[in-house]
Amino acid sequence: MLVVTAYPMLYALWLSLFRYDLRFPGERRFVGLENYLSVLSSETWWQALSNTLLITVASVSLELLLGFVFALVMQRALIGRRLVRTAVLVPYGIITVVAAMSWRFAFDPTTGFVNALLGLEGAWLAQSGSAFFVIIQTEVWKTTPFMALLLLAGLTLVPEDLLRAARVDGANAWQRFFRVTLPQMRPVIGVALLFRTLDAFRIFDTVFVQTRGAQGTETVSMVGYNALITRLNLGLGSAVSVLIFLCVLAIAALYLKGFGSDMSRREES
Amino acid sequence: MATGRLERLLWGMGSAVVVVYALLPVVWIVSLSLKPGADLGDQRFLPRVASLEHYAAVFHDPQFSAALWNSLGIAGLSTLAAVLLGMFAAYAIARLEFPGRRLMLAAALAIAMFPTISIVGPLFDMWRSLGLYDTWAGLILPYMTFTLPLAIWTLAAFFREIPWDLEKAARVDGATPLQAFVHVIVPLAAPGVFTAAILVFMFAWNDFLFASALTSTDHARTVPAAIAFFTGSSRFEQPTGSIAAASVVVTVPIILLVLLFQRRIVAGLTAGAIKG
Repeated sequence: MLVVTAYPMLYALWLSLFRYDLRFPGERRFVGLENYLSVLSSETWWQALSNTLLITVASVSLELLLGFVFALVMQRALIGRRLVRTAVLVPYGIITVVAAMSWRFAFDPTTGFVNALLGLEGAWLAQSGSAFFVIIQTEVWKTTPFMALLLLAGLTLVPEDLLRAARVDGANAWQRFFRVTLPQMRPVIGVALLFRTLDAFRIFDTVFVQTRGAQGTETVSMVGYNALITRLNLGLGSAVSVLIFLCVLAIAALYLKGFGSDMSRREES
Repeated sequence: MATGRLERLLWGMGSAVVVVYALLPVVWIVSLSLKPGADLGDQRFLPRVASLEHYAAVFHDPQFSAALWNSLGIAGLSTLAAVLLGMFAAYAIARLEFPGRRLMLAAALAIAMFPTISIVGPLFDMWRSLGLYDTWAGLILPYMTFTLPLAIWTLAAFFREIPWDLEKAARVDGATPLQAFVHVIVPLAAPGVFTAAILVFMFAWNDFLFASALTSTDHARTVPAAIAFFTGSSRFEQPTGSIAAASVVVTVPIILLVLLFQRRIVAGLTAGAIKG
């Protein structure tokens, strides 16, 4: 298992040190860090990185909020609890490409119902701001269920006695949530956020289907894909791949620093 | 208890909102797929008249049938392989105290969160020289890499709950290790194995990045890639109806899995994250 990921990763590291373009295979030669320099000095990379971070931060924070609402609804709803859980699994299970298509058609000015519904005109995916809105909302729709289910599992771990005691002490629902439930759920929230952030950072399918990176919505995964598969420039593309990998490591390290103590404490218990 | 009733009503309304939000795009794409060609641009949420013309078109398209077959085959085989291998690894993790046990789980998790794009390039290069480009095996291998950790996590979480003393009891009664495993442990482990299989299948069924990068023809192209590239030929005349119909067709298996195994999927999704 490790071999299948570690080997390609090392191979990517190796390739990234070469000038290697499949359209000109004869010109393969060692260039050291030159590929990294050209990626890091290109505007495309930094633009894509900030796009990806924007999408990641916006969608993950919305998912956390909405996920909590969903989780509370799923926990409290007495009627139709099974229905809600089943319905929520549909976005989780659906193919990302299909979800992206469905939302694209919904926001489309000719086929879509959104404009008719809101009395608006205009092509959402033809402008940068609204295109980001559509992409982020597709991500949120698709992945909130996952967040909600993790949070729900965390909610059931909060001891009832603690909440009852807080109630007896006169804490209102709001205070109970923020002072009792949230601190108790810190480890679960940490895990859910970590999973989702790393997952959101590699976003590719949605953007590819909805804009193909047009209107300045290109993400880092798309930059890598375009260099590797579209332009067949393996050296440059591998440098992008390695940089993405380093970003993911950095994100993971940040989370482990922020939530790490909670996570390991939980493991020992 | 007036507040109690009010509260219940509010939570009930909340559930309704959640259900509508979750199902909205699904209903929408179904409705779009049923609109006859001329009505595709009518901007209505529901079709005026329903027609199956797009479904007929999609099933007559040899590209789509090939993609559907590829998807089923590749996702099915990846699931089988990942779950079989995952069972042995998870068994070892749950049962045996060996050094690096925790490290193995952590590595599995790290791989599951690995940025897929980072290995697409090397695989593309390697597969071309090994002759695996645009083949089933060329997709099954990377799928296994990413689903094996998922399978191991889910299975390890389930296996830890199994009363292993039963195995010992069977051994005392004279069963061989293999017999003890097959007759005692397998029935107990089956639900976990099944859950892992569903999750793995969903992953392989969903993937688009590998499918689009490592295939080029009907030979191994799966449905997500086929749907995305339906649009490829012309930006201005999109086969909206066909895309919608194809989308509905590939969503049906997912909806069925969700309806039938709702409880299992929820358990599987949360098991790894909460108990891990």
